[in-house]
Amino acid sequence: MVECGERVWDGAFVIDHNALIGPYPFRRLPEPTPERLLADLDRLGVAGAWVGHVPSIFYRDVAAGNDELFAALEPHRARLLPVPAVHPAFPGWEREVARARAAECPAVRTYPAHYGFDAAGPAMRELCAACAEAGLELVLTVRLEDARQRHPLDVAPELGGAAIRAAVRGDPAVRLLVAAADRGIVEEVHFGSTPDEAARIRWDVSWIWGPPEDHLSTLFRTVGRDRFVLGTHFPFRLPEATLTKLELS
Amino acid sequence: MTAGPLIDVHAHFLHDRCGRADWAQRNARRLEVGERIGVTLHIASILGSWGHTSPTYFPSVEDLAYGNAALRALQREHPSRIRGYVAVNPNFTVDAVAEIERGLAEGMVGIKLAASRRASDRLLDPIARIAAERGVPILQHAWQHRRHEVPNQEISDALDLVALAGRHPGARFILAHIGGGGDWAHSLRALRDVPNVWVDLSGSGVDRGMLELCVECVRVERLLWGTDLTMDAGLAKLRALEAMGLGAAWLERVRWWNAESVFGTGHS
Repeated sequence: MVECGERVWDGAFVIDHNALIGPYPFRRLPEPTPERLLADLDRLGVAGAWVGHVPSIFYRDVAAGNDELFAALEPHRARLLPVPAVHPAFPGWEREVARARAAECPAVRTYPAHYGFDAAGPAMRELCAACAEAGLELVLTVRLEDARQRHPLDVAPELGGAAIRAAVRGDPAVRLLVAAADRGIVEEVHFGSTPDEAARIRWDVSWIWGPPEDHLSTLFRTVGRDRFVLGTHFPFRLPEATLTKLELS
Repeated sequence: MTAGPLIDVHAHFLHDRCGRADWAQRNARRLEVGERIGVTLHIASILGSWGHTSPTYFPSVEDLAYGNAALRALQREHPSRIRGYVAVNPNFTVDAVAEIERGLAEGMVGIKLAASRRASDRLLDPIARIAAERGVPILQHAWQHRRHEVPNQEISDALDLVALAGRHPGARFILAHIGGGGDWAHSLRALRDVPNVWVDLSGSGVDRGMLELCVECVRVERLLWGTDLTMDAGLAKLRALEAMGLGAAWLERVRWWNAESVFGTGHS
């Protein structure tokens, strides 16, 4: 359980579902390491995390990035679960899905804009089907940084609602976890999906505003609290920010 | 968490002519959440009609007068908890000067400049002169590193504000919301040696590394705590500063002491 103010959060709010490790090419991220992540989780009373790998977003051959991720998390597997990346338009991607399943990972991540494949195209549909078959949740990331601060060379577009809707329709059993979405994206996708589709999408809360605008409270009411999970977006964002919005929402 | 005074130097309120049905609810929510996180003084502005009858960042004289009056009404209703900035549009210079005089006479404590005219523009000089003469700060809305024009704003960045601050060394300026969008590192590097510009920590941006660079570049002495539209992010930054190991005396400076030295509201 996570204690936030007077409330106690459990279930999907015990685990950070949107953490990463590793350096970022466009600005310095302080200590993007498993050790620092664990220290922050301890400080905030969070039990563990699903952990992706920042360099794998930029490598052409993401299998090499997954090697680095698995090695970095090996000493910490009790609390930090690897979420490897998959590039479904690159040779050997099925092996990465199989490796994730064999390693008992909860999910895999993919980044269509960074990898250069169509988020609504056949490669994404094949990945959705493979994830469904393997029992892996598929993590999609709307953004890594605020669009207003991005480096001139950082031109990959943000993931739009249409791409998320296409992904959830890509396979009738695929389950999505969408990271770093704001209220507008959540509403667009949730109310632009059938109840069955919407029930297969979870959202992390890292990019949703708290009070006084109260986007998170509103979404808890309109979309359902069970659709949301804890996510800090470490090492990009202060992990405190996710906890304070839960505390005040 | 350290107790004691906590001054939010970047708050906003709404009013009945801003086109939002929930305006009173949002105002009440700010005060309620402020109570929970320990805000003892909200220093706030209202940018005209918030876009309802004139653009948020190019507000009309009439909308500014109505918004400022609404803020003064809130100040009277909550005399120990709310203070106001006089929001003005420098393009209407004569009206802006008159509005500032009226606002200060009625207890407002600062001047808010949105994005109606570039901060470096000479048109702002009369306003900066009033600020220096009357001893009140100017809170300048900013985009951290202006690499292009932004629709619906004549946006300024830290370099624009540095130009204005250099022409008016006797005035005090606050660079708005370092976490409010754009490249905060650009702003912080630009402000390192500009002693009459303070930095407010507000904004929804909660990037790791930002607070450390704030301390490194402008020092704790020129940091002011604030929330803008996300009070949860403001609380997170307070907790992160504490987690960074900032000592209690330094935290006090960020929480309220620096703000009190800039505004002189007598709040403690």
